[in-house]
Amino acid sequence: METATLHDEHDDHHDHGPARGLMRWVTTTNHKDIGTLYLWLSFTMLLFGGSMAMVIRLELFQPGLQFVEPHFFNQMTTMHGLVMVFGAIMPGFVGLANWLVPMMIGAPDMALPRMNNWSFWILPFAFAMLSSTMFMEGGAPAFGWTFYAPLSTTFAPDTTDFFIFAVHLMGISSVMGAINIIATILNMRAPGMTLMKMPLFVWTWLITAYLLIAVMPVLAGAVTMMLTDRHFGTSFFDAAGGGDPVMFQHIFWFFGHPEVYIMILPAFGIISAIVPTFARKKLFGYSSMVYASASIAILSFMVWAHHMFTTGMPVAGELYFMYATILISVPTGVKVFNWVTTMWKGSMTFETPMLWALGFIVMFTIGGFSGLMLGVAPVDTQYHDTYFVVAHFHYVLVTGALYSIIAAFYYWVPKWTGHMYNETHGKIHFWWSTIAVNVLFFPQHFVGLAGMPRRIPDYSLQFAEFNMISSLGGFAFGLAQIFFLYIVIQTIKGGEKASSKVWEGATGLEFEQLPSPPPYHSFTVAPEVK
Amino acid sequence: MTFNKLSGRLSAALVGVLSILFISAAHAELQLNMTQGVTPISQELFDLHMLVLWICVVIGVLVFGVMGWSIIFHRKSRGAVAAHFHESTMVEIFWTIGPLLVLIAVAVPATGTLLRLEDAKTNADINLEVTGIQWKWKYNYIDEDVQIISALAQSSRDVVKDPTGNENYLLEVDNPIVLPINKKIRFLFHSDDVIHAWWVPEFAVKQDVIPGFINDSWAIIEETGTYRGQCAELCGKDHGFMPIVVEAVTQNEYEQWLAGKKAEAAEVAAQASQEWSLQDLLTQGETVYKANCAVCHGATGAGIPGAFPAMTNSPIATGDAAEHMNVVMNGRSGTAMAAYKTQLNDIDLAAVITFERNSLGNSVGDMVQPSAIKNAR
Repeated sequence: METATLHDEHDDHHDHGPARGLMRWVTTTNHKDIGTLYLWLSFTMLLFGGSMAMVIRLELFQPGLQFVEPHFFNQMTTMHGLVMVFGAIMPGFVGLANWLVPMMIGAPDMALPRMNNWSFWILPFAFAMLSSTMFMEGGAPAFGWTFYAPLSTTFAPDTTDFFIFAVHLMGISSVMGAINIIATILNMRAPGMTLMKMPLFVWTWLITAYLLIAVMPVLAGAVTMMLTDRHFGTSFFDAAGGGDPVMFQHIFWFFGHPEVYIMILPAFGIISAIVPTFARKKLFGYSSMVYASASIAILSFMVWAHHMFTTGMPVAGELYFMYATILISVPTGVKVFNWVTTMWKGSMTFETPMLWALGFIVMFTIGGFSGLMLGVAPVDTQYHDTYFVVAHFHYVLVTGALYSIIAAFYYWVPKWTGHMYNETHGKIHFWWSTIAVNVLFFPQHFVGLAGMPRRIPDYSLQFAEFNMISSLGGFAFGLAQIFFLYIVIQTIKGGEKASSKVWEGATGLEFEQLPSPPPYHSFTVAPEVK
Repeated sequence: MTFNKLSGRLSAALVGVLSILFISAAHAELQLNMTQGVTPISQELFDLHMLVLWICVVIGVLVFGVMGWSIIFHRKSRGAVAAHFHESTMVEIFWTIGPLLVLIAVAVPATGTLLRLEDAKTNADINLEVTGIQWKWKYNYIDEDVQIISALAQSSRDVVKDPTGNENYLLEVDNPIVLPINKKIRFLFHSDDVIHAWWVPEFAVKQDVIPGFINDSWAIIEETGTYRGQCAELCGKDHGFMPIVVEAVTQNEYEQWLAGKKAEAAEVAAQASQEWSLQDLLTQGETVYKANCAVCHGATGAGIPGAFPAMTNSPIATGDAAEHMNVVMNGRSGTAMAAYKTQLNDIDLAAVITFERNSLGNSVGDMVQPSAIKNAR
């Protein structure tokens, strides 16, 4: 009798650790395992997409065609964009959400763990299918990541069908992931964790998940119309059959503009967690941050045609989209002002995550400025489809979205693994990357203003100097991320033991109520939130 | 005008400082900023660009200044103790309304400029139809019955491996177009295949060239000179190789040029009614093939497997001559093969078809005469 009772108690408290071997990762329904899988996929895709960027920068190192043919160059720019957007940035944020959302809201796991497994395991197959086209007759997609019709329909090789199905799979994965995150946040918060007490990362992800559910089906619709145009005799985008190539762009950007906020809203949540920790001061204007995020999300549905100012829209349409677009800088500005005010009269230290967060704020703001300039419709005549645009969206996506993911890694990895990363290495990684990334992208503003179009494999001599500088910066930035891989592996393998709070100024359930590393099932008993 | 000059100088100084941050030996001739161009609109766009740039610089200095101050003085190592304030509705309202007012200050001049930019329809002196074709431009002087096909110059094609020394590399064409100064030119754009964009920075004209649509734009060129531009919308393999060259001249020179072009066209028409020898057709055909067909079907006729069919041993190029003419003249719908009857004259069509049948590894042995093309039109 007594032994039985003891045995039962033992069972109750036993932490069912993960199964061993490869099948642990294939069959896992655990939010931490799936988060880890997502993050490794994201890193793999970052290096994969990055290696294509290296090919691009190598070819653009000097004028003339030295290394690759124009058709292959177009495959590189297209695949680089697709892999980075759908393979590196989006899975990076989903991985962070998987790891952090249950811990932040006091839940044991995600609400729909089996779907969670599915939404991850679709992705490697989708990317394998997409990448396999590089080895087929006709080559990989070469029509830009925006795949404007009719270049992507009537004029595209047969391999485009693989691209279409890969995009469908990615969309299914994203929608399942989004449903899971919404269900988790709305149903599994610990008692007392009201919506307006949730960490901003949870808030921004909740909003992001709604954006995903709203727009991924639109993308799926666009590629389905492409498919029927290509094979079933429809003419959605074929002018010769009464269709409309510009309608493709409207549909694409109705997905595409919210998509860029999908890639930046979670970043806002990350920065809003890191800055208060290292300023040792509560985030300034929490509720205005929530409202600003929601405003940005709503506005994101109403500005899509600012990508299309040169398509010959009616002037009234151009005026509307210009006003709506520059309006977005108001809530975005509110966010930056709130972060800066959080630092004001704080007690700041500059550990690696804080460096990446500060880098984010400065360089994302620079990307925001060029975004405001691009939003001014008449001047967009000169900016549109030049390297000025390339510089703009790399400032917001590389030094914005990617920097926030790296900041999040350094900030939470001691919590995840129980090991501190090497602080000296982290700082070297930051300064090396930051100098390199500015050498890489800042000169692209100049060549863009001077008239260099984007997506060209070769250019006239006047752009030679800045392209060479840009390429050198690119190689250095690429190398820095190999160093990052080394840091990641070293940190997982070992390192100084991290305390449960990790950072002096850290707040939130994951730091206050869980050890480092946390148990396999985060909260088996709901914590009390005051 | 003085504001423009001042702002131009200030911007040069700013951009100069920024560039020195990145390159120690800044090249004196490097263009760092947008062109002011040679049309009233291009100047207006430049001014608007500088206005918004300076607003961004001022906001940036303020925000980064406050941030830098905190980073230097509110750091723990200097003994800073964190304050406790964390919200203020007044402050939030202030930095919502403030930027809104700045944006209105931008939107007002931008609206005026946009309305002028879009006013292509009124009072046009010259209507120029521009057709985008993979990968060249076709120009039709609508009121003059003069047509020009303009593609990348051979002098650029020849040096793609090492273009050093060719000053206008990728910005030179075989047939530049000529336009008069001080006239309102209305451009009418449409495409025969995919979407292109016609962009000449000095005119501040960048307009998408879309199949099934006619877009328009306009320019009044105020200075004579040669102005160069490029396609600005990804249009396939040779997107980077379809430049634009416009020579802006006086009205007199423009009229002389038009007369010369009309005489040339008459000469070609006269030759087309003559009987051509196989050798002449092959010589002419090789030139036409290189300029029009080689980009897809390959210089040796090998094509690109999976994307563009080979010419060598092609069932069309070695089959029935009438079908061969049909494909070249009318194109293949649903593929990238264009209808060349709108791009090439009778001689060039006859020559290139003959060339394809008797060269590139094919040896059918027959000939297609310009008169046969004329009859097939």
